[in-house]
Order: sequence, then C-alpha cells, then structure tokens
Amino acid sequence: MGMPTFKPVADRAVLIEFGTAVDDALNRKVAALDQSISAAGITGIVETVPALVNLLVMFDPLITDHGEIETAIRSLFPIPEQDEAGAKTHVVPVCYDAELCPDLLDIATATEQSVDDVIAAHLGAKLRVSMYGFAPGYAYLSGLPDAIQVPRKPSATRGVPTGRVMIAGPQCLITTVVMPTGWSIIGRSPIEIMKDDPDNPFLFNVGDSVVFERIARDALPAEMQMP
Amino acid sequence: MSEARFKVIFAGPLVSFQDEGRIGHLRFGVSPSGPMDPFAHRAAQTMVGNAAGDTAIEVSLGGLILECIEGETTFALAGGSFSVQCGAAQGEGWIAQRVRRGDKITLRAGAWGSWAYVAFAGQIDVGSWLGATATHSMSSFGAGALQAGMEFTVTNAEVRERREGEYPCPACAKPATDVHVVIGPQDQHFDPSSVEVFTSQPYTLTDAYDRMGVRLSGPTLSLLNALSIPSEPIVRGSVQVSGDGVPTVLLADHQTTGGYPKIATIVSRDVDRLTQLRAGDAVRFRAVSAVEAVQYARDQSERDEQALAAIAEPRATLDEKLLNANLIGGVISATKDNP
Repeated sequence: MGMPTFKPVADRAVLIEFGTAVDDALNRKVAALDQSISAAGITGIVETVPALVNLLVMFDPLITDHGEIETAIRSLFPIPEQDEAGAKTHVVPVCYDAELCPDLLDIATATEQSVDDVIAAHLGAKLRVSMYGFAPGYAYLSGLPDAIQVPRKPSATRGVPTGRVMIAGPQCLITTVVMPTGWSIIGRSPIEIMKDDPDNPFLFNVGDSVVFERIARDALPAEMQMP
Repeated sequence: MSEARFKVIFAGPLVSFQDEGRIGHLRFGVSPSGPMDPFAHRAAQTMVGNAAGDTAIEVSLGGLILECIEGETTFALAGGSFSVQCGAAQGEGWIAQRVRRGDKITLRAGAWGSWAYVAFAGQIDVGSWLGATATHSMSSFGAGALQAGMEFTVTNAEVRERREGEYPCPACAKPATDVHVVIGPQDQHFDPSSVEVFTSQPYTLTDAYDRMGVRLSGPTLSLLNALSIPSEPIVRGSVQVSGDGVPTVLLADHQTTGGYPKIATIVSRDVDRLTQLRAGDAVRFRAVSAVEAVQYARDQSERDEQALAAIAEPRATLDEKLLNANLIGGVISATKDNP
C-alpha cells in the first residue's frame, strides 16, 4: 500500500488521504488502515472516522500532536490487507411498490428500461458498506450497477421519512432519520440499522456486504404501507 | 437527598438538554452534539458543585421559563449574558441562586451571547442515547428539546448555599471576534487569493444559525473548479464553502461527512467562543500553523482550568456575609461615635 498524504485539521485531527477519486480499492485501503490504527492503540487518539477515500484521526491535543500521530501511523506501514473475516453479509428486505415509490418510474425512464429491470438490477447487486456519513446511521452502500445509476435530483425533497431505500450515482442508502434529500427512492425497507443495543448500536460495519430481498407491500409495518 | 421537580412553562426553539456530548460515534454518522459553548457548560456545573459531565439545559436566544413544582435546589446560569428572574430576585449573567417550590425561573437573552446554560445542584433525570443525554437537534435523539408543558425531575437535589451568589464572567468565556484557524484540509480546491481573502477580510454571522452551523456573509471565495469531491469527514469548526462561494462554520450537530471543500478549520476552543456571537457580529479568521494550534489549545486549557478553579472556590454563606457586614458596620460606627 502506497503512503497516503497527511493533512492537519485544526488542533485536534489528521486527515489521511489515499486518493481523490471514489473507488472500492481506495476504500478498502482506508478500512485496512483504520483496523491497523485501532489495533495499534496509539496514545492520545480519541476516535477515527473512515470515509470513502480518507480517514480522519482525531486526537487530544493535551496529550499528543499532529507530528506524533503522523509518525506513529507511518510506522504501521506497510498495512496488511483488511481482515474481512469478520465482515458480514446482511440481507435487507425491500418493498418495490410503484405506488409507494414514484421515483421507480423516473429511474426506469432515465435509464431507458422497465421498472421490473430496475428492480431486478437492484436485487442482483451486492453492495459494500463503504462509510457512514452525514447523519446517524446513514450507511453509504457502494457498488450499484451502472444500469441503474442516476444522478442526484436537481433539488432536494424535504422531509423524507425513515426506511426509504434511496440511490444516487453508484451509491445506495437506507434512511434512518427524517431528512431532506436529492436521492431517488427505489423502495421501502423495515430494516432497523440503529438498534436498541448499547454495545452494538449499528447494524452494519464498514466493509460488510449488503444484498436485497424483495418483500410484498403487506409485509411492511402498517405505517409504511401508506403512500 | 431529595428531588426537585420542574415544569416547562415556555421554551424557545433550540432549548435542549445537553451533557458534554457523545464522543466516539462519528464513524456511525453521529456528531458529538453537546453544548454549543462547552466551557460555559462546564462553568455552570462547577458553579453548583456538580461533575463536569452532568446534564444542563442549553438556552437559546428564544429564552426559557420554568416553574419549580416540587422541592428546592440551587441552580446556576453561565454562558452568554442572559437575564434571570427567580421569585423576587432579578439578575443578569453568571449567577447561582436558590429555587423553591412555587418559584418561576425566567431566562431571557441579555446584553450579549447566543447560548446560556442552566445547571441544577443534583442530576437532571432524562433519557440518553448511546450513553449520552446530549440532544442531536436534527433527529431529537438524546434527551431532547424542552417543550412547554413537559416536566422533569432533578434527583439528589440539594440547596448548596456555599455555591450561591454572583460570579464574574471570566475573560475566556466572552465571545471571540478574532478566531484562530488552521488552513485546510481542502484548501487545494481554492484559488490561493481566496485563502488570503478569508484570513484578512472580516466576515459577519448571518441569522442562518442553528446547532448544525452558521452561515457567514462576506467576500465570496472562488473554488478552482466546482467539482464534487468525495464525501469527507467533517469536524466541529470545519469551514466549508458551497458552490456559491459562501463559507459556513459547522457546529455541534454538524453532519459527519460532506462533499463541499473545507478551506480552514477553527481551533476547538475558539469554536466555543464563536458560538456566543450573534447574527450581524463580525469575526476575523487568523491563520496559525498546526504546531501553533496545539500550543494554543494547551495554553487555553491551562487558563480554563484556572478560571474553573476560581469558580469552584466556596462562597460565603448568608450568615457569614451578614457577619462581615456587621463587623464592617461596627467599625464604621465606632469611628463615628469616637470623635
């Protein structure tokens, strides 16, 4: 693994960057470095935040500084490949109902295929949890097939409820809090990414895989069955 | 030890329960939340003799009215200069006083500051999420916002007379109009002259100001290309610049990642003080190196500890105050009676 760049962030973090274009190989390097840092137990590190192409390492400036953190992390190289033995594959139930998900038709029109083809492509995908970001429990799932990639909408839809399966570009995510968003809603899912378990509060870990399983509208909780 | 119970008579927007924040979950998209001005939050807890991590009420410019419906306790107010009326007593700014059943506590924004903290001697008994009561305003996760009609309990409530009285607001708790930043981490996406402009021209806070961030107004900053960069981690104090060239400072409830480039990042302690500015107030950003920023953090921390140690000094009880007054009075009258 080549040496990434290190950039200071204010008085309390270092941003470690492997590249600038989103791709799975870079994201795997981020995850591998995150694992190595976590295993090394470097003094003064408060938390690490893996993102698509970079990793933020936050530290306590009363204990350490940017230089010490950079030296300690450089000494970990070369970084072994990410240990994916612990990575899980999650099966996420999705209801693709045209009445509940009006964007389905727009996605089909934009990608010049039928709604059924769009659903089949989504069901055939195996996505990777590449990071959490933006809001609590927002897991960015990457690897959506080219055939159903659509750009963000020009303007955001306000108040999108929880449990919406949305896509934009190569990514997919399932909403966990009410948010404005410019992503297209492809389905609805009753899955609970935020769990009521203090030791393990989030369903996915970065590096896990996600596949989808189709469910009928009446398999959704009652409140999600309404248009 | 007993309980005190309070009813919310009125709460402005963005008045919420906050402990020190929820650290360690950024990797799951969870921002730290916690107080907008962490130093003032600690000061309020110190004033009533609580532990630093206890829950306080963060009061916004909208104000707050509470009624004590059971018990009694000592409460403290720190942060911006807010006026407080409790029973017959009226004050402004940093003060700790008693509240008894039947008293109403009315808090209103005063001369300066955007946020104030109310701490009670005892513990505010509210729900938590991921081990913290800190309220995330966007989702309401955590103990939540205060709403008219709701009630809450302070457990282990006790009057702490030696904590009651007025406290001078330390200089380090005043708003900062001169804010230290470390340039980057995405300054490469800006025209070099933009970095120069950002650190030499004044900016003004706008009223697009909430717990997620504050939009600034001032010279626009030109991005080299309006490319969308991969979503990158954000911290409290990141200054991100959207496509229109306008900077926004991200605050306690910030989104954890974002695709807008960050021209600079404000050093942690100055973020606290920036939050006490109001819409229309000017701010200047002064670039320092990463090494200088760490030294600044250490110097500020030492100064903060000194300020908190001074606040922690026990106050005189009412009896002692009267005794002192009598002694002084006695000396004066003795002089008078003895020509």
